[in-house]
Amino acid sequence: MTKPSPSPILPLEVTDLTVAYHEKPVLWDVDCAIDEGTLLAIVGPNGAGKSTFIKACLGLIPTAAGRVKVFGKTYAVQRKRVGYVPQRESVDWDFPTHALDVVTMGRYGHLGWFMRPGKTDRDMAMDALEKVGMAEFARRQISQLSGGQQQRVFLARALVQDADLYFMDEPFSGVDAATERSIIQLLQELRSKGKTVIVVHHDLQTLKEYFDWCMLLNVRRIALGPVDEVLTKENLHRAYGGRSAFLRS
Amino acid sequence: MIFDIILIACIVAAACSMPGVFLVLRRLSLQSDAISHSVLFGIVISFFLVKNFHSPLLMIGAAATGVLTVMLSEVLLKTKLVKEDASIGLVFPALFSIGVILISKYAGDIHLDTDAVLTGEIALAPFDRFVVRGVDLGPRSAWSMGLIAGVNFLFLLGFFKELKLSTFDAGLAASLGFRPHLLHYGLMIMVSITAVGAFDSVGSILVVALMIVPAATAYLLTDSLAVMIALSIGVGVVSAATGVIVAFSLDTSISGTMAVVCGLFFAVALFFSPRYGMVSKMIVARDRKWVFACYTLGVHLLHHEGTPEEEQESHVRHLQDDLKWAPKYAKKVVASGIRNGLLLKTGNHLRLTPLGKETVRSLMNRG
Amino acid sequence: MIDFDYTLTTVVLGGALVGLLSGVFGVYALLRKQSLLGDTIAHAALPGIALVFLILRVKHPLALTLGAMVAGWLGTMTIPAVVNRSRIKPDTIMAVVLAVFFGLGLTLLSVIQKLPTANQAGLTKFLYGNASTMLRQDVHVMAAFTIISVCAVLLFWKEFKIATFDADYARSLGLPVRWLDMVLLSLIVVAITVGLQTVGVVLMSAMLVAPAAAARQWTNRMEIMALLSALFGMGASISGALLSSSITNLPTGPSTVCIITLFFLISILFAPNRGLLWQWIRRRSRHGEITQARLLEELYWLEQNHEPRSHYHEVRSLQAVNHERIDRYLDTLVRQGWIERSGAGGIRLTSVGLRQVETTHAEMEGKELL
Repeated sequence: MTKPSPSPILPLEVTDLTVAYHEKPVLWDVDCAIDEGTLLAIVGPNGAGKSTFIKACLGLIPTAAGRVKVFGKTYAVQRKRVGYVPQRESVDWDFPTHALDVVTMGRYGHLGWFMRPGKTDRDMAMDALEKVGMAEFARRQISQLSGGQQQRVFLARALVQDADLYFMDEPFSGVDAATERSIIQLLQELRSKGKTVIVVHHDLQTLKEYFDWCMLLNVRRIALGPVDEVLTKENLHRAYGGRSAFLRS
Repeated sequence: MIFDIILIACIVAAACSMPGVFLVLRRLSLQSDAISHSVLFGIVISFFLVKNFHSPLLMIGAAATGVLTVMLSEVLLKTKLVKEDASIGLVFPALFSIGVILISKYAGDIHLDTDAVLTGEIALAPFDRFVVRGVDLGPRSAWSMGLIAGVNFLFLLGFFKELKLSTFDAGLAASLGFRPHLLHYGLMIMVSITAVGAFDSVGSILVVALMIVPAATAYLLTDSLAVMIALSIGVGVVSAATGVIVAFSLDTSISGTMAVVCGLFFAVALFFSPRYGMVSKMIVARDRKWVFACYTLGVHLLHHEGTPEEEQESHVRHLQDDLKWAPKYAKKVVASGIRNGLLLKTGNHLRLTPLGKETVRSLMNRG
Repeated sequence: MIDFDYTLTTVVLGGALVGLLSGVFGVYALLRKQSLLGDTIAHAALPGIALVFLILRVKHPLALTLGAMVAGWLGTMTIPAVVNRSRIKPDTIMAVVLAVFFGLGLTLLSVIQKLPTANQAGLTKFLYGNASTMLRQDVHVMAAFTIISVCAVLLFWKEFKIATFDADYARSLGLPVRWLDMVLLSLIVVAITVGLQTVGVVLMSAMLVAPAAAARQWTNRMEIMALLSALFGMGASISGALLSSSITNLPTGPSTVCIITLFFLISILFAPNRGLLWQWIRRRSRHGEITQARLLEELYWLEQNHEPRSHYHEVRSLQAVNHERIDRYLDTLVRQGWIERSGAGGIRLTSVGLRQVETTHAEMEGKELL
């Protein structure tokens, strides 16, 4: 799986990706190729470059070297086939808007300049809210939602993008157990529809239960493959150093 | 007379730059703007009470207003109805406005005009002499600002290590029992008193120039706190003196010119400071960029060494196709790698030298 | 005194335009946590005004506004340029730009004041603002800028909104966020420069922050917030301008700021839902509800553990609450029919009260299951 065979068009193909902040490497020469219909977790210690990897794939940060291909072309071209869930902490939840409005933002990429979201867009947003079990909170000011509910709103916003490839940055952070279960159910549903979902995750305990593929990252790519094959003692030691013993128990 | 003005200007600058250093280091620079505006409210109210511009009560009242500003902003912030920037931006304009309205309505009673509030009247300061038993001891504001400068200096000296610790690590300072909040208010009182004292000479907005600009200049030149304080006093004094001389020769506003001179010194430091200047930073960054690009290439080569696709991955063309490097850029990186003995090129294939391998390995272990 | 036909309409129109613009763009400044940037921009505009006058020697409103705009924009762009390329922090460079640009402005003004021929009298109005010296041609220039800016906001409403709320996400959708930020910042510069003549350099930042901060308290929708903010801004700006034109020696800027600060205070105190009064009432009633729920719960457990079930309990045996105020809460519960008192001062749950407790239990279990 290190090098893809040239025939099928893969949802995500990253070659030799290097990212640096002020000449300090955050990601070094990362390769990966993800098949369609994969539910992939990116795991690694803090500062391993997990979020950076996603952001680099989405073209949000400059890369020092490397190439990202989404369904065989650059991200800029395939943008409408990609959905994104940023970290929940990345926005000010006191912003004056309600849940439905945030979800409608997911349609902005399809709308184009000067166009206002219309009834169809709002209906789609409502459907997405329904799907994440948040329909009754559609008109609720976003600061009055719990952490789990805010995360669901973000998820609904990505769903409304109607993408084939999703990037999600820590969608389980700060959510309650019930939300976590319903989110993972949703992700598995997406996968069964042939969508590809890439999730930054930090809980090794639930990894096997939730995901089928996993990329272990610590500045460099330590391993990529089915969860069972990746979670070896040696790999974990390489990713987490001395802390892995504690994490394995 | 120009010597008196230069003397006063230098003392004001020295007094201002001491609290300025901590405002800059604690990222509170804009508090100086807030406090220097709101003390006007305190000055006017206290003046109505004591009817005397030289009363120490005036100083105390005005300083209390400075602290009041900080407290009101904190109260607003605690309601969680506004964010920090707005909490500052709402309080001082209101207090300043009341001050200006009072001055313009009771202009006959208060010997201040609304323009002087902004610019100060340092040119008039030498006429107000400090006379004890018939002996002329020099301009009164030189003495009063000298006193404030002295108090500031003693405050710095007395609480140097506490200020240093709470500035660089507020958490640690608190755990050691230094009560950073109290020091914070101490600093704010110091800023307020200095702002009130300097008000006559330079006005409310140019106090900001004398507090922040020399300290920011010093911040570009050194990493040591003691040196930074000394440098900022030095830069402040030199800019003030130069400003007065330039203003006299061009016949321009003294305080305005002082601020411009401060700005020029800052600009020079910003561009040409040996370590933190933009020019030297740019040179370092450019060098580092090539070295880093070399390492990136090295990591890539090492990564694929001995794997079946090595043949393909080490090809020069690969740098353009997969690393997405422009041909020219790639060529330069390869050349610099070869020059530094990290790379070997045979035909169109690149290989790491033993030195290259070792360098890259040690780098990766660090990362 | 006011000439009602000309001066008054000019002042009202000018005030309305200033209030409208600063109200709308203040919303962006506030939501982007850039309130203090307005202060820097306003101060930085002064040398632009002075320089244009020094060159042209006449008070041409369009030229002066453009000069202010260029200087304000230069000052603003200095901030990221310095922060990204040096160790200087944003607050420091904002203070430096503010003070040095303003110093330069004052220096240039002092040069202008010494010009023998110049008609410089009206320039100091840019410091504190003076609505009564406004001319119809000033209003025309302000109106032109207002129309352009408001059109831009209406056209790019959704783009500006998403770039303000979630810049990374907006970029992932392919929006040119850097460009949008730049346009928005330039529009804020325009709003500030337009206000300089009536509100003045020194206090313009308050006109940007206060209407938006007041409007935020009344609504949770950005659209309504912008409308309200514009209304507040216009209200304060017009009344400030009228006040200062009818009372001698009252500068426009400070009176406008006092009025808008009053609006803000009223808003944070009395706005429904967010306001402090509302919060206080809600806290009190929530405290009451919690206490009542705890009382019911405790009675329930007392009855579960004692035979016979319908036994009256002494008020003293309740421990969940402060006994001094217990009567008030018990009275409420009696009124609701959840508990009843015996003649001897004992209390017990009614059957309705019992059902209430059991419903609560069932609800809590349901939540856990979810």
